[in-house]
Amino acid sequence: MESQLPAEFIVNVDHERCRKCRRCVMNCSFSVIEFKDKVITNNRQCVACHRCATFCPESAITIIHNPLDYKDGYNWSPEIRKNILKQAESGGIILTGMGNPRPYPIYWDHMLIDACQVTNPSIDPLREPMELRTYLGAKPEYLEFEGDPENITLKTELAPQVKLDIPIVFAAMSYGAISLNAHKALAMAARRMGTLMNTGEGGLHEDLAGYTDRIIVQVASGRFGVTSKYLNNSALVEIKIGQGAKPGIGGHLPGEKVGEDISKTRMIPVGTDALSPAPHHDIYSIEDLSQLIYAIKETTDYKKPVSVKIAAVHNVAAIASGIVRAGADIVMIDGFRGGTGAAPMIIRDHVGIPIELALAAVDDRLRQEGIRNRASIIVGGSIRQSADVVKAIALGADACVIGTASLIAMGCRVCQKCYTGNCAWGIATQRPELVRRLNPEVAADRLCNLLTAWGHEIQEVLGSLGINSIESLRGSRERLRGVGLNQETLDILGIKHAGVGQ
Amino acid sequence: MKSDGIPSGCAISGLMSEDGRRIGGKEIIRSIACMHDRSNGLGGGFAAYGIYPKRKDMYAFHMMYDNARAKEDTEEFFKDHFNVDKDEAIPTQRQNGISNPPILWRYFLEVPENKLEFLSERDYVAKTVMKIHSEIEGSFVASSGMNMGAFKGVGYPEDIGRFYKLEEYSAYIWTSHGRFPTNTPGWWGGAHPFTLLDWSVVHNGEISSYGINKRYLEMFGYKLELRTDTEVIAYMFDLLVRKHKLPVKKAVEALAATFWKDIDRMEPEKKRIATAIRQVYGSTLLNGPFSIIIGHNRGMIGLNDRIKLRPMTAARKDDMLYMASEESAIREIAPDLDEVWSPRAGTPVFGTLKKEVE
Repeated sequence: MESQLPAEFIVNVDHERCRKCRRCVMNCSFSVIEFKDKVITNNRQCVACHRCATFCPESAITIIHNPLDYKDGYNWSPEIRKNILKQAESGGIILTGMGNPRPYPIYWDHMLIDACQVTNPSIDPLREPMELRTYLGAKPEYLEFEGDPENITLKTELAPQVKLDIPIVFAAMSYGAISLNAHKALAMAARRMGTLMNTGEGGLHEDLAGYTDRIIVQVASGRFGVTSKYLNNSALVEIKIGQGAKPGIGGHLPGEKVGEDISKTRMIPVGTDALSPAPHHDIYSIEDLSQLIYAIKETTDYKKPVSVKIAAVHNVAAIASGIVRAGADIVMIDGFRGGTGAAPMIIRDHVGIPIELALAAVDDRLRQEGIRNRASIIVGGSIRQSADVVKAIALGADACVIGTASLIAMGCRVCQKCYTGNCAWGIATQRPELVRRLNPEVAADRLCNLLTAWGHEIQEVLGSLGINSIESLRGSRERLRGVGLNQETLDILGIKHAGVGQ
Repeated sequence: MKSDGIPSGCAISGLMSEDGRRIGGKEIIRSIACMHDRSNGLGGGFAAYGIYPKRKDMYAFHMMYDNARAKEDTEEFFKDHFNVDKDEAIPTQRQNGISNPPILWRYFLEVPENKLEFLSERDYVAKTVMKIHSEIEGSFVASSGMNMGAFKGVGYPEDIGRFYKLEEYSAYIWTSHGRFPTNTPGWWGGAHPFTLLDWSVVHNGEISSYGINKRYLEMFGYKLELRTDTEVIAYMFDLLVRKHKLPVKKAVEALAATFWKDIDRMEPEKKRIATAIRQVYGSTLLNGPFSIIIGHNRGMIGLNDRIKLRPMTAARKDDMLYMASEESAIREIAPDLDEVWSPRAGTPVFGTLKKEVE
């Protein structure tokens, strides 16, 4: 049956300028462009990944939205109608990739940061030290010292801590969802910038063995690649309960993607689907989670912090409190705008809550219970810029994770077609000819540049706030003000409206 | 009655006899008066240690009441919570530049045994202070320590000193403060020093990390009702030294934390300690410009922020330790000094009682 779906984009080729070098044909991984005497395009296949346009030496290609006008209707938007058409043709769940693109409120953009004027001086980060160093891990409520005043020693032994030179960590993205070259780039950049990357649930490829002190290894419901060696070769271990893009559901890496290497890394046969069940089948309640946390701690001789990652859902504060009491050293909260390699659109776009609100609620709850020190809070789920990092830390986060932003730095054009495995940029694909396109060295440089730039920006903001250390921003909500938010939102965020003084 | 906003500017001065000699109040008034231009007449105050030798084992509560009703309510409260040994008006005299004082009254209190089943005496007293501030409208505890007291109000500090007749008291530690607030005037409780138990703080500066310092203290049950950043310093010392039992030097290291670049160069054990302090007490770091003088029964501590954004000079002469925003304020009362220096950023100056108080 011929599809009734119109093309989403139109690829315009300026045949005057085109020198027929066919580079676009080679670069298109979605079978849009062919060469028959001249470049011709099959617009229906185009996803706007921009690969052809970027690499055309004559800049002869432009990609535009198909201006096909639908009969006006606020309620029956073109997207809704197209989705119905798709489902009428396929009878299936609509799959998608990356984060929720819908116009829900972005609370980051409704918060403004304070600055010093007169009564307290701002600090120039080019002249004074400006400290971003952060330690992840459980902290005791207080320190105990012993010995005489001249020769004092510390009696308290701290739980294991992981040092970050910048409070931004690369988010969990599995080998399988993204390519080995992308994994390599993330690991190299993490090493150089003094931060961490996260294996996601797909195990750790042997090529990354040299980076293990900079790697978070994940234990998810599929338990892919989890061995004692895997757990011990890490900076810290993360139990993945949920993901912001798809709270409450599992994962599915199609068999076509499970080649020799992935099969080895995930410890499953070549060509089989890698299914992550919705729940961990040994975790049906909080006490089960506690057992897994301590099983991992036993395996790693209490030398690695254990993190638990959850999606931001309605009851996130109580859940996080339970996780801390269950023994986790870190709680990682993923907001509803977090990315994914593949998720049903209905889940990605309609389930979960914004990370800003979840973070504020969790930090408040842990403080009310007097246990905030017992775990670090890491948040993700659409951290788009250094300003978001600053605001997240002011709301109470110890650090942020960036997934989509790091992919964009490597070349991703957010076309949301990760689930097809055809990523033209060599990131979300396992096709060798596409993976080859991503040079890990170059991608690592770009990631380092991004973090370096954000680091400088955060230092600028700290300086303007008159503080010279990130811990003086952490949880300091007094330095944020809301704009255009109602009282209930302000109360949840624990901030005042702009115009209100101290 | 609660103030809005936070103070800034300011002058501070402190003096101490490490031999425990008690000194009249005239000198400290002269010292702080020398820095008249650093204040704007919207607040001044003093803390004095060793002033109540006859009742040195009782909690001396200096109270400020907006009205008679607040006084009645508070006195009812005291009757329920303490044994009141004595109460009297705090002696004052008419003084130009001082108007509309609240009702100023002091009480010498003992804690009944039966109140201490589940908590220590000092915890009990600290809790009652918080309770008065949050529950009794118009009632404010200016100080609550043993053998010490705070005398403060709206006006220039030298006028406040004369108003309270401080020349009639003698103390082994005196600290003082002249205020240049950028906020609403007129609230006597908002003047420095801020106190809790025998901790007192006079502070020149603004704590830019106030937001997190406050939230951190709240986690331990402190109620920060005064909305001024100086309050957090007093409570911070109470938490770190009294409750967490940190050695004072380590507490100071938490408040004016060593830079990582310096920690990284330390020998292993020192590095382990300094790192742990920053890891565990990151939220207590006082960030932003400050010079402070902290008083307590056994001594006096002077401290600058870690990049020294506010001035402080220290000096010694025989058994005397002096600290002030400006050297002139020290020279005014002790022209001939053994030693004068500017303490380095983040490096504390300790005055320690070496003999028993006379």
